[in-house]
Amino acid sequence: MQIAYYPGCTIKVSAPEHEIAALAVMRVLGLDLHEMREWNCCGVVHSLATDNLIRHMAPVRVFARLQQQGEREVVTLCDMCFNTLARANQVARRQPEQMDAIKATSGDELNYDGSAEVLHLLQILRDRVGMAAIKARVRQPLHNLRVYPYYGCKLLRPTEVGLDDPEVPTVLGDLMAALGATVVEGNLQTRCCGAYHVVNRENLVAERVAATVAQARANGANAIVLSCPLCHFNLATRQSNPDHALPVLYYTQLMGLAFGLPPATLGLPDATALFEEALPTAHHAQAVPMCTKGER
Amino acid sequence: MTTSIRIGSGRNELLQKVEALSGQHLANCYQCGTCAAGCPFHQAMDLLPDALIQHLRLGLPGILERQTFWICAGCDTCSDRCPRGLDIARIMEALRQICLREGGDHPALTQLERADLGALPPIALVASMRRNSG
Ligand code: SF4
Ligand code: SF4
Repeated sequence: MQIAYYPGCTIKVSAPEHEIAALAVMRVLGLDLHEMREWNCCGVVHSLATDNLIRHMAPVRVFARLQQQGEREVVTLCDMCFNTLARANQVARRQPEQMDAIKATSGDELNYDGSAEVLHLLQILRDRVGMAAIKARVRQPLHNLRVYPYYGCKLLRPTEVGLDDPEVPTVLGDLMAALGATVVEGNLQTRCCGAYHVVNRENLVAERVAATVAQARANGANAIVLSCPLCHFNLATRQSNPDHALPVLYYTQLMGLAFGLPPATLGLPDATALFEEALPTAHHAQAVPMCTKGER
Repeated sequence: MTTSIRIGSGRNELLQKVEALSGQHLANCYQCGTCAAGCPFHQAMDLLPDALIQHLRLGLPGILERQTFWICAGCDTCSDRCPRGLDIARIMEALRQICLREGGDHPALTQLERADLGALPPIALVASMRRNSG
């Protein structure tokens, strides 16, 4: 099965390991993500003012191109792209006159009727592949992993575009449990990491990261799993003690390890100290009985 | 000390602008404080979101000099939880836009060193740019 794939800038520039791992695990699951042609930056943040149509142009251009390419749906890995595209799609559906204005401004080039669907890869995994099929494909269950799923904001809020319960999300935890890991939880899993404030208000990010990592550790985690490349950057690079940082991994990388793919094909450095500590079983492919579900 | 506040005297222009730009009707707020309680950055704010709304409604001075709406990262927690359906993140954006449109853009990334620019993910740079330009 094939589905159009929108990478977005950050996946290409700052998080290629997430893409490499995603393509690899989806191939294992029989799903081919083919990159759409002529994509552009989505604009990253959904424009919140009532009068700035121009800022919806970037995501609308993505949808218009998608339709020109004969696609009806598109999948993305990036939480911020997902959120921005999904919210622009709502504008397209609720305010068709705004699409008419964009069409006119673009000299009729950008013609979009709001009928495309944007999906996050986690939705494909949960709703189409299913946790049972993922679990069935596990070759090296991650029994030694005690993982803290960090959701952040853009997967969940606002509720009308979020892909899970905004207060008690389960998709990452369910996925980790399917891989045989123990799930460690806490109330900061859904709290913002500080996002783009890393550019010039680093103290806000550092404070959020410190609290989140401290909670994960206090609750017994030996790794953090997440989806958003900006959350990843903040949590991976802004921990106060880089020498003893809690490893931060994409769910796609952990899926790959559990599927028995070599770490190098998942954008993971081979057998680093951090990695050994968090994932000893991944390096010793033993037939270990699988857990049904991690601790909730 | 007694402070008197005159309400309803003259037009509250800032409130009108904020309502027009945000599409939110601030009279709907019943000051429950849910927005402030759930904000991950409330400790860094110089006026909590519920108080900001109240200051706006009363037309109190100095609102545009506050840091609150710059500190807001648009995480949508407050907007999602508000029992009165107010999209507070949009109110914050309206205040940013009013400042930026009247006082000019101040993209933070112009002050970054080249090495920092290269290290930061594009989503951080573009988001920061968009939140700091009108
Ligand atoms: S949560 Fe809504 S109603 Fe409550 S104080 Fe904030 S804006 Fe007002
Ligand atoms: S949207 Fe802004 S004000 Fe609301 S909770 Fe998030 S950071 Fe705080």
